Amino acid sequence: MLTNEEVAQTIINQFGEAVTDFDDPYDLLTCSTSRDQIVPLITYLKGHQTFQFGFLTDITAIHYPDSVGKEFCVVYHIHSLINNFRLRIKVYLTAEDVHIPTMTPLFASANWMERETFDLFGIIFDGHPDLRRILNMEEMDYYPMRKEYPLEDGTREDKIDALFGR
Amino acid sequence: MVSEELDIANKNLPAEQGPVQYVNELTTLNLGPTHPATHGIFQNVLQMDGEKIVSGEQTIGYIHRAFEKIAERRPFYQITTLTDRMNYCSSPINNMGWHMTVEKLLGIDIPKRAQYIRVILMELARLADHLICNGILGVDTGAFTGFLYIYQERENIYEIYEEVCGARLTTNMGRIGGMERDLSPTAIRKIKELLVRFPKVLTEFENLFNRNRIFMDRVIGVGGISAERALSYGFTGPNLRAAGVDYDVRVMNPYSSYQDFEFDIPVGQSGDTYDRFMVRNEEMWQSLRIIQQAMDNLPEGPYYADAPQYYLPPKQEVYKNMEALIYHFKIVMGEIDAPVGEVYHAVEGGNGELGFYLISDGGRAPYRLHFRRPCFIYYQAYPEMCKGLTLSDAIVIMSSMNVIAGELDA
Repeated sequence: MLTNEEVAQTIINQFGEAVTDFDDPYDLLTCSTSRDQIVPLITYLKGHQTFQFGFLTDITAIHYPDSVGKEFCVVYHIHSLINNFRLRIKVYLTAEDVHIPTMTPLFASANWMERETFDLFGIIFDGHPDLRRILNMEEMDYYPMRKEYPLEDGTREDKIDALFGR
Repeated sequence: MVSEELDIANKNLPAEQGPVQYVNELTTLNLGPTHPATHGIFQNVLQMDGEKIVSGEQTIGYIHRAFEKIAERRPFYQITTLTDRMNYCSSPINNMGWHMTVEKLLGIDIPKRAQYIRVILMELARLADHLICNGILGVDTGAFTGFLYIYQERENIYEIYEEVCGARLTTNMGRIGGMERDLSPTAIRKIKELLVRFPKVLTEFENLFNRNRIFMDRVIGVGGISAERALSYGFTGPNLRAAGVDYDVRVMNPYSSYQDFEFDIPVGQSGDTYDRFMVRNEEMWQSLRIIQQAMDNLPEGPYYADAPQYYLPPKQEVYKNMEALIYHFKIVMGEIDAPVGEVYHAVEGGNGELGFYLISDGGRAPYRLHFRRPCFIYYQAYPEMCKGLTLSDAIVIMSSMNVIAGELDA
């Protein structure tokens, strides 16, 4: 049975300082890397003789508008079914440059996951075979899941937030 | 024009005119967005060469309701109502999955009795989900009778939901920290009756289909997908197990006491439509086993955790207990903050791994919530599974994949 320490140490041995911020919130090993290293890292983990992270569970993104230089975070959840071990990898991007390489050559499932992330956050997956919006209209010129689009009009003054638990 | 006809035509032409060109015109066929066989509002644009499907492309998002965005302004408790509108054929699984995610974030351990009740309700939901999927597969192959036979049982399962929570389809079942109420004697009686009656109905259903030559001709070898491709596409649940991979979240990452129960993981071999049908049928038997075990060993004790700041108190308590009234108000008004944290929790939904990725910044609502919806993940494989087959095959493939538009778009 794999342990978080074992997997983290193997990654550190292979990639050195290219993979950082190791943590295990709620026992799920988490680390960060750069966009240059994300494809080599997942390729390595997928092809690793013992680890065999052959299942891409999920790709999504998070917007941190106040975190200067790290406004966007692309999150990958991968799973080694052989070892029953999950791993979360994050890549932080700046708001000015939201490009990241596609994962479609490694996993067919990445296609729609990346389209969804593009649709909702505007992350551009370089090399994606068909990067179009998937849930929203093609005509939309904004990315709705970004924090700059709150659900309610923030300028409304006809109600007191404190009374509504806000 | 077939090649032999082309040869004859070319022989009869004067040499200076040149050979006749074989121009193969493809037909574009819109299957959906609204079509009885699309099982929801989504469009498949198929390129047909006569009867054969050459390629296809899907358009989804017709009922996209931006649940992930809405969740960012809602207290954790109120997000339950979003989850049961995803895969509405098995809403309780979605509800419980969400509650377990929040409980993980909050560090709440719920009592055994509540865990067992959750297992019973989740397995009932799986029964209802598989019943509909397999029943409708029968309808899509022209066999309406089987569907009628089993639909009554789905109705009976909904009556149990109604007894437990008051709702039938969008159940909003349970609470963060346990159950809203204990199983009533009527609910227990109805579950026990179902356990007696359901095997007979399921046997009858299997007798109608499993060795039915017409049905078998329609589904065997149709829409097969290899284990390798299924994994690459991110398949989970019955669709992956039909391809021969025994991945089941209930076994790999047990939650809600699933480790206490004995059950098997049925797997197929070829990943075709017949295997998906058979895997779902067999899973219904396994669900019955689990429910029987949970009913036989239902522990005594409380049905909710001792976490008053998070568990919405029962209404009768609110009327007579000041503490309960205060917590009721605070929880309903969303004044209770959650700790900072990041959680991924997965449950075995009707269609496969239903994951909740929750990021809390310490506020009253999630900073970010992402649903890993199994339908969304595997539906992209649909054109590949249909390639080279006919339109009637495409219908049964879609039916056997159990694509639920609510979960696909979310």
